Amino acid sequence: MTDTNTLIRLSAAALAEKLAAGEVTSVEVTQAYLDRIAAVDGGERGVNAFLHVNAEEALAVAAEVDAIRAAGGAEAEALHVLAGVPIAVKDLIVTIGQPTTAGSKILEGWHSPYDATVVERLRAAKMPILGKTNLDEFAMGSSTEHSAYGPTRNPWDLDRIPGGSGGGSAAAVAAFEAPLALGTDTGGSIRQPGAVTGTVGVKPTYGSVSRYGAIAMASSLDQIGPVSRTVLDSALLHEVIGGHDPRDSTSLPDPLAGLVAAAKTGNVEGMRIGIIKELHGEGYQAGVENRFHDSLELLKEAGAEIVEVSCPNFQYALGAYYLIMPSEASSNLAKFDGVRYGLRVLPEDGPMTIERVMGATRAAGFGDEVKRRIILGTYALSAGYYDAYYGSAQKVRTLVQRDFDAAFTVADVLISPTAPTTAFRLGEKLDDPLAMYLNDVATIPANLAGVPGLSLPGGLADEDGLPVGIQLLAPAREDARLYRVGAVLESLLEAKWGGPMLAQAPELAAAGPVETLVGSQEAK
Amino acid sequence: MAAINRDDVAHLARLAHIEMSDQELDRMAGELAVIVDSVKSVSQAAGDDVPATSHPIPLSNVFREDVVGHTFTAEQALSGAPDSDDNRFKVPAILDEA
Repeated sequence: MTDTNTLIRLSAAALAEKLAAGEVTSVEVTQAYLDRIAAVDGGERGVNAFLHVNAEEALAVAAEVDAIRAAGGAEAEALHVLAGVPIAVKDLIVTIGQPTTAGSKILEGWHSPYDATVVERLRAAKMPILGKTNLDEFAMGSSTEHSAYGPTRNPWDLDRIPGGSGGGSAAAVAAFEAPLALGTDTGGSIRQPGAVTGTVGVKPTYGSVSRYGAIAMASSLDQIGPVSRTVLDSALLHEVIGGHDPRDSTSLPDPLAGLVAAAKTGNVEGMRIGIIKELHGEGYQAGVENRFHDSLELLKEAGAEIVEVSCPNFQYALGAYYLIMPSEASSNLAKFDGVRYGLRVLPEDGPMTIERVMGATRAAGFGDEVKRRIILGTYALSAGYYDAYYGSAQKVRTLVQRDFDAAFTVADVLISPTAPTTAFRLGEKLDDPLAMYLNDVATIPANLAGVPGLSLPGGLADEDGLPVGIQLLAPAREDARLYRVGAVLESLLEAKWGGPMLAQAPELAAAGPVETLVGSQEAK
Repeated sequence: MAAINRDDVAHLARLAHIEMSDQELDRMAGELAVIVDSVKSVSQAAGDDVPATSHPIPLSNVFREDVVGHTFTAEQALSGAPDSDDNRFKVPAILDEA
């Protein structure tokens, strides 16, 4: 019997082993996480990672797994390795039986009539879903402050942002409220929250994980991926959710295999690792730069060859992203019009036409950042500006792809800091959209080119003691390389620290009594 | 490229079906002008010979067999609708005169 405080700190892989060995039951594990959520998530100084807690269903799935294991036989043999290991799901991904809000008032209380493909796959693997996690409204932001349901707090410092848009998923995993979570990454929304919360986050190759059931922001950039505390755990989850889906026309025909095996390879000897000249140095916090160089040293000592590459067109990537993303978002979000689902607001006076109802509904239902991006996208796509804006941005995409192609002829994997700074204070950049956008400068190129990226904890910055993320990038379909290099770097760093980085995170004070909070979480 | 002004934002807001107050239009025009200015360099980045990329990993001719797959019942499809009547979405008048 393992005490619950130890239990919730185990990796998903370790939990899976204990479950398979019968040392602990899934009900015990799931309950331990639900208790943790109740203790640290709610209240004024709570983490606020969860928008909905799915206790009843999660415990029922856990009990089902326990019963199958207890009965033994073929059905127990056939259980997925992660069966009984709980998971949290970003509230941009639709689920039957739980509300999906996308962090927006316009979808408050909405229930999807279908499951996302990734959710179907979690259910097939019998992973209890703990609940839905907070995010910037429609995944638009880098701090989770644009959620209509209040910001998520960074478990390392409750006055700081957990990154975004997937701050809820990253904070839940960092605060030991879940061993695993799903995120979505359009310009860094899995990797940047991973960096600032000291967790692992992976944006898979575009098309390798189905987007069916992820509420679309920018369809040519969006990608669902794993959030975890270890590199191996992300590989395990990636294999659960990946593979072809006929319901997503951009889904790659062949699954990416060997991800878990790659995470267990254990060496990087002879691998060529490329430092991207344009993605470090000027504009990057000193502590971030120092931890980045520590990782390079460790990889070199482990036998990797460090080379320098230049990607000159990355200087245009941020600009191109902030034309393409809003353009696609303005089109994707046109469906939220008060007709088929969600909020409907009637104009206060004047004629009651559908046009005026749509205008009033969208005015009341969308927050400022969503409105900004819809207007910007409408502008970039409008007659007279299309060639100069959207057309030019698509050409930059080609140039960014060519830069990656050239870099990958001399390097097997590229490396950079994940974000230019550590977590900033809540409110610090809320009134300066452009400053907020700069958080994604190192993560955006991968989305434009469709290549996979992984962020892992790289240590704490000297000046503020906050987590720094290291980003690895690989060619399209070569996600396995990220897991191979990531797992080696992780083990070298942990050997240096004497344990996982999250062990250095401050203890979270219990936010309130367990019994009462479970009830209120269900209600919100 | 021309800068974005308050009248532009008012026009775009109408196109995007988002009602905006005068105060909101003023603020949005200021913020968008800064953002648009910062992305201007994109139009000078690539020459005419560079092709556009619309999807990072192109797949062509993604078809499926022409058979009926999963469909929602009217009840499921209407389950999140703000208003419905007789198995249909119900909306206010489409025309001003109605």
